[in-house]
Amino acid sequence: MKLGFSPAEELFRAECADWLQAQMAGPFKDIRGITTLTAKAERRKEWEQHLGEHGWSCIGWPRQWGGRDATLAQQVIFAEEYARAGVPGRVNHIGIELAGPTILAFGSEAQKQRFLPDIAAGRTIFCQGFSEPNAGSDLAAVRTRGRLEDGEWVVNGQKIWTSLAHISDWIFVVTRTQEGSKGPKGLTFLMMPLDQPGIDVRGITQINGDAEFNETFFTDARCAADSLIGAIGDGWKIAMGLLAFERGVSTLGQQMSFRNELDDVIAAARANGAARDPLIRQRLAKAEIGLRLMRYGALRMLSNTDHSTIDGAALTYKIQWATWRRTLGELAMDVLGQAGEVAHGDAYEFSTLPNLFLFSRADTIYGGTNQIQRNLIAERGLGLPREPRGDL
Amino acid sequence: MEFAFTDEQRMIGETVRGFFAEHATSARTRQAMAGNGIDAALWAAFAGELGLAGIALPEEHGGAGLGMVELAQVAEAAGAHVAALPLLGHAMVGQAIAKGGSDDQKAEWVPRIAAGEVIATTAWQADIAVGNGRLSGTFSFLPHGAVADLMLVYGGDNAWIVDLKGQGVAITPHVTMDQTRPFATVVLTAAPAEAIDNGDAAIPAALAAGWICLAAEALGGAQAALDRTVAYARERVQFGRTIGSFQAYKHRLADMMIEIEQARSAVYWAACAVDENSEDTAIALHAAKSFAADTYFMCAGNMIQLHGGIGFTWDHDAHLFFKRARSIQTMLGDGAYHREAVARMIVGAAA
Repeated sequence: MKLGFSPAEELFRAECADWLQAQMAGPFKDIRGITTLTAKAERRKEWEQHLGEHGWSCIGWPRQWGGRDATLAQQVIFAEEYARAGVPGRVNHIGIELAGPTILAFGSEAQKQRFLPDIAAGRTIFCQGFSEPNAGSDLAAVRTRGRLEDGEWVVNGQKIWTSLAHISDWIFVVTRTQEGSKGPKGLTFLMMPLDQPGIDVRGITQINGDAEFNETFFTDARCAADSLIGAIGDGWKIAMGLLAFERGVSTLGQQMSFRNELDDVIAAARANGAARDPLIRQRLAKAEIGLRLMRYGALRMLSNTDHSTIDGAALTYKIQWATWRRTLGELAMDVLGQAGEVAHGDAYEFSTLPNLFLFSRADTIYGGTNQIQRNLIAERGLGLPREPRGDL
Repeated sequence: MEFAFTDEQRMIGETVRGFFAEHATSARTRQAMAGNGIDAALWAAFAGELGLAGIALPEEHGGAGLGMVELAQVAEAAGAHVAALPLLGHAMVGQAIAKGGSDDQKAEWVPRIAAGEVIATTAWQADIAVGNGRLSGTFSFLPHGAVADLMLVYGGDNAWIVDLKGQGVAITPHVTMDQTRPFATVVLTAAPAEAIDNGDAAIPAALAAGWICLAAEALGGAQAALDRTVAYARERVQFGRTIGSFQAYKHRLADMMIEIEQARSAVYWAACAVDENSEDTAIALHAAKSFAADTYFMCAGNMIQLHGGIGFTWDHDAHLFFKRARSIQTMLGDGAYHREAVARMIVGAAA
C-alpha cells in the first residue's frame, strides 16, 4: 500500500501542469474557470480538438485509437492537473468516458475505426439517450421503438435528460426492437446522427433557470443498419456495461472541481466572518474530510484489480459524492445568508455558490437516485433480497 | 501509487482475522469484562505465538519492523471482535519510545513492549507538576489503567515514562461503561519519572499510533456490526418475509456500508500518510479518528435498532459494539476537537 507518486510520475505531473496552464493562460484564456456544462460550447468544442491535436484527449486509450496508453497513475495525475488548472469540463465527456469505452469493449472493428479516432480528436461529440418520461429509475421500462426497414433502423419515441444533445453530433439510444417485449429483454443499443429531420431537441428549463438538459423526440428518425452495438436484443447488457464505465478516472477530475467549489465556500466564509462561527467551522471541516475521503475512495477503486468480489468503494461512490455536493450547497447558503438569495443582475442567474445550491439537487437524482443507489448497495453489496417488480 | 494491500499485507490481514475470529469469542470477552478488562490468554497468544505486539516496532529491538498500515490491520481485526486487549496504550507507548527514546531507553523498553511483557497506558490531557525527575498530578480515564505497568505522560514538548508499580502512585479503578477497556484514575505524588529523550518526536508518534489504533478498531467494529446485522436480516422472518427484504431496513444497512467504505479509506489513508511521512499526515489523522468513530457509533446504534428487542439484551453482543463505539468517540479527542483541528488548517484560527 503506497500513496505517493514516483519521481517519473511527478515529472509527468509537471509536464501536464505546464501544458494545461500554458493553454489556459494563452489561447484558451476565455474559457478558463467555466463551471457549467455548456457555456461557450463552440469554444469548448475547439478545446476538445486542441486536446486531440496534442494527444491529451483520451490518454488512457490505446495509441492506435488516439490515446497514449497512459498508466493508471498518469491518468490520475492528468485528471487532477486538468481541474487544478481551471480547465472547464469536457463537453465531449459522454464521448470519451461512455461512448468510446463502450465501442472499444463491444464495437466491431469497423465501428472502432469509424468513431474512436474522431472522438479522440474532438470531431465527434456524443450524448446519451437512456431515460424516458416513463423510464427514469426504472430504465428497463424503455418504450422508444426501433425497427429495421429497407436496410435502416427507424426510431420513434422520446428520450429525456439528454444532456448536451443540443451541441452534440451523435446520440446513443436504447430502443425496444422486439415488439411486445418487456423489461430488459428485447432492447437494442443504437448510435444515431443527431442532425436529421426525424430528431427534435428541446431544452428543459431547470430550477436554476439554466437549460443544460433536453428532451429529444424521434419521429421516423433513421440510422444505418450497422449502427447497433453488439447484437439485436443486447441493449440492456451494453447499457449496463456502459454504466460501469461511469466510475472511471474522471471522478478524480470531478473531485478537483469539487475542491474549487469548497475553496469558494471557505473564501466566502472568511470574507463575511462566518468562518468564526463554531458550527460553520465544524461543517466546513466535515466537508473537507468528506472531499479527502472521496479522493482516497477513488484511489482505492482505481487500485483494485481484484474484480472477483464486490468493490465497496466503487458501489458507494455515486451516493457519496452526490450527497456531499448537495450538503456543500446547503452549507454555502448558510455561509452566504440572505445575500445568497439575490441575483446580481436583472436575469434569473446566480453566482457560483447559489447556483451550486440549486444544481446539486439534481446530483442526487441523475445517474441513479440516492434511493436507487441504496437499493443497489443493499442488493449487490450486501446480498439482500431484490425489490419485487410490480406489474403495472 | 498503489492504494491496495501488498501480498504480504493481505497475508497479515488473513492471519489476524483468523486469530481473533477463533480466539476472541464472545464468551472469553465477557469473562474479561467481568475481570480486569483484559483476556490474558488472548494477550499471551497475540504477543507470544503470533508476535504481533511488536508489529510496528523496530526489528533491532525485537519488533516486526512494519508500519502503521499493518498496525491498523491488527487493530481493525481486534476491533471486529471487541477483543479485550490493551492495544491502545501499548501502541502509543511503544511508538513514543521507539521514535523519541534514547538508545538506552529503546534497548530497555522496546523489547519488553514488543514481547507483550509490560502493559502500557497513557493519559490524554493532564495538569502535571515536574521537579527533580519526579512527577505529580492526577490522570483520569487511563485505559486499562488499573492493570498497566507503565504510563506515558506528556505535557508541552516533554514526555515521561512512569513505573506504575513504583513509589508515589495511587490507582483507583472505575467501573466503566465499556468493560473491555475500563478506566482508572492515577494520582502521582512525586513519583519517579524518566524523561523520554526527544519529546518532540515521541508525542506525535504516540498520538498518531493512538488515533490510528482507535480509528482502525472503529472500522473493524463498524464492519462487524454491519455484517452481523445483515446476517440477522437474512434469517429473521416477520410478516411472512425476511426483514432484510423491507426497503426501510435495507436502506439503513446501505447507509452503514456507505459510511464504512469512507472510514476504510480514512484509516488507510492516515496509516499510509504516517508511514510515508506525507505532508497531509495531520489532516489525515484528524479525519480518520473523527470519521471512523462517528461511523462506528452510527453502525453500532443501528445494530441495536435493527435487531429489535434481542439487540437490547445483555446476552446479545450488540451492546459490546455500542459501548466500545461510544468509548472511541471521546477517547483521544472527540469529533468536535478533531474537526476544529481540521478547520484551523483550512480556514485558520476562529478569532
